Amino acid sequence: MNERYELNKNLAQMLKGGVIMDVVNAEQAKIAEDAGAVAVMALEKVPADIRKEGGVARMSDPKLIKEIKEAVSIPVMAKVRIGHFVEAQMLEAIGIDYIDESEVLTPADDMFHIDKETFHIPFVCGARNLGEALRRIGEGASMIRTKGEAGTGNIVEAVRHMRTMTGEIRKLKALSKDELMTAAKEMGAPYHLVIWVHENGKLPVVNFAAGGIATPADAALMMQLGSDGIFVGSGIFKSSNPQKTAQAIVKATAYYQDSQTLVSVSEDLGQPMQSVALDTLDDNQRFAKRGW
Amino acid sequence: MITLGVLGLQGSIAEHMNVLQQIKDVTAVAVKNPQTLTQIDGLILPGGESTTIGKLLKIFDLLEPLKEMINKGLPVWGTCAGMILLAKKISNQSETYLNVMDIEVCRNGYGSQLDSFNTQLTMPTISSLPIPLVFIRAPYIKNIWGDAKMIGQIDKRIIACQQKNILATSFHPELTDDLRFHKYFIEMIKKNT
Repeated sequence: MNERYELNKNLAQMLKGGVIMDVVNAEQAKIAEDAGAVAVMALEKVPADIRKEGGVARMSDPKLIKEIKEAVSIPVMAKVRIGHFVEAQMLEAIGIDYIDESEVLTPADDMFHIDKETFHIPFVCGARNLGEALRRIGEGASMIRTKGEAGTGNIVEAVRHMRTMTGEIRKLKALSKDELMTAAKEMGAPYHLVIWVHENGKLPVVNFAAGGIATPADAALMMQLGSDGIFVGSGIFKSSNPQKTAQAIVKATAYYQDSQTLVSVSEDLGQPMQSVALDTLDDNQRFAKRGW
Repeated sequence: MITLGVLGLQGSIAEHMNVLQQIKDVTAVAVKNPQTLTQIDGLILPGGESTTIGKLLKIFDLLEPLKEMINKGLPVWGTCAGMILLAKKISNQSETYLNVMDIEVCRNGYGSQLDSFNTQLTMPTISSLPIPLVFIRAPYIKNIWGDAKMIGQIDKRIIACQQKNILATSFHPELTDDLRFHKYFIEMIKKNT
């Protein structure tokens, strides 16, 4: 387990500085790869459509995932519902590269997340704060991403989650050793991971930004806030020019500190995805509130 | 003092920089533009996604100047994705990138992430003691010709080789605490200057 877990954390390290794109078929996967994506997330509907259509969102058809895996040479990820360990067993059997236990799909279990330590395949999980991130890592996640608010094209939640995590890490670092157990209790986080973060001043795994990234500027903002890389869901294939938007976000993620580059890649991109103001969403329409 | 560049576009950049900080007389810089390229004594191409890094090299006008510098003798070392960038031939695709090393590489040669693995191997060129090796969705070298010399192989698959000023490894020394490969590359640079 330990050796496998290290290898799984290592793959996430290789994705750093890159963009992982949601795709719903092999053709989109090729477009994403050609645009310079470091990985693709295979799913049946992008979050914006899941949001629109409602009902129960589940793991994608295995045939679709296999077709996408066939079409590209970059890593392929796919989503399972929170707590649905059988969907995860199936994705492990297909032999993809990473599983996202995702709040974007309808949770299968409102009490328990998947015991990810029992799998060989790596997992990425969403988190809104440090406690949630460390709970997922405690269960065996080898990569973390912000939850943001997927399918809205609105960056505000992803910013909040990233700032919350980095702020809490800074606070934890400043505590003295005898204060850490109380911090662990208050955060609801495993004590040994609280100690690790206190000593190292960062998460023990790679941390990407996700949920609401719609423009190159959004991607660069999340990178400057300390993200290791970017997930883009609906932001690419719901924009008016997916190819160009995909490339622009890849360039902006690599050159996130270079304003001149950000200006040139943002020019004449056309319409970004249709966006949603968050105060128009009811609580039960907020994906970030799923999971704990 | 040696100034060593790490190509700073995508992938295990921080990991290589962290290793280099532990070695005396070395300053590490991330290389993201053609100007920085002229200030370095050697360059590491890190692990990551070769299609992504290759694409960015082309878009940001780094590919041709870098290729010219390598052909003129700049010491360069590619780990995993970096090795793919150096190869003159890639078995499962027609596009090549820097096109400077007499090797044919097989991308994702071992399979998906479930096939990633750790092992160790003694490579006399580098050290008389075994070196820990980490393979992440790794490529391997299918064929070598010309001036390329094999440094190590596992199950008849070449996983490290050198061609004069060019070094390539399928695995990631930057993910271990072992400094021997980085030190070997620094020796290559010292011999060059």
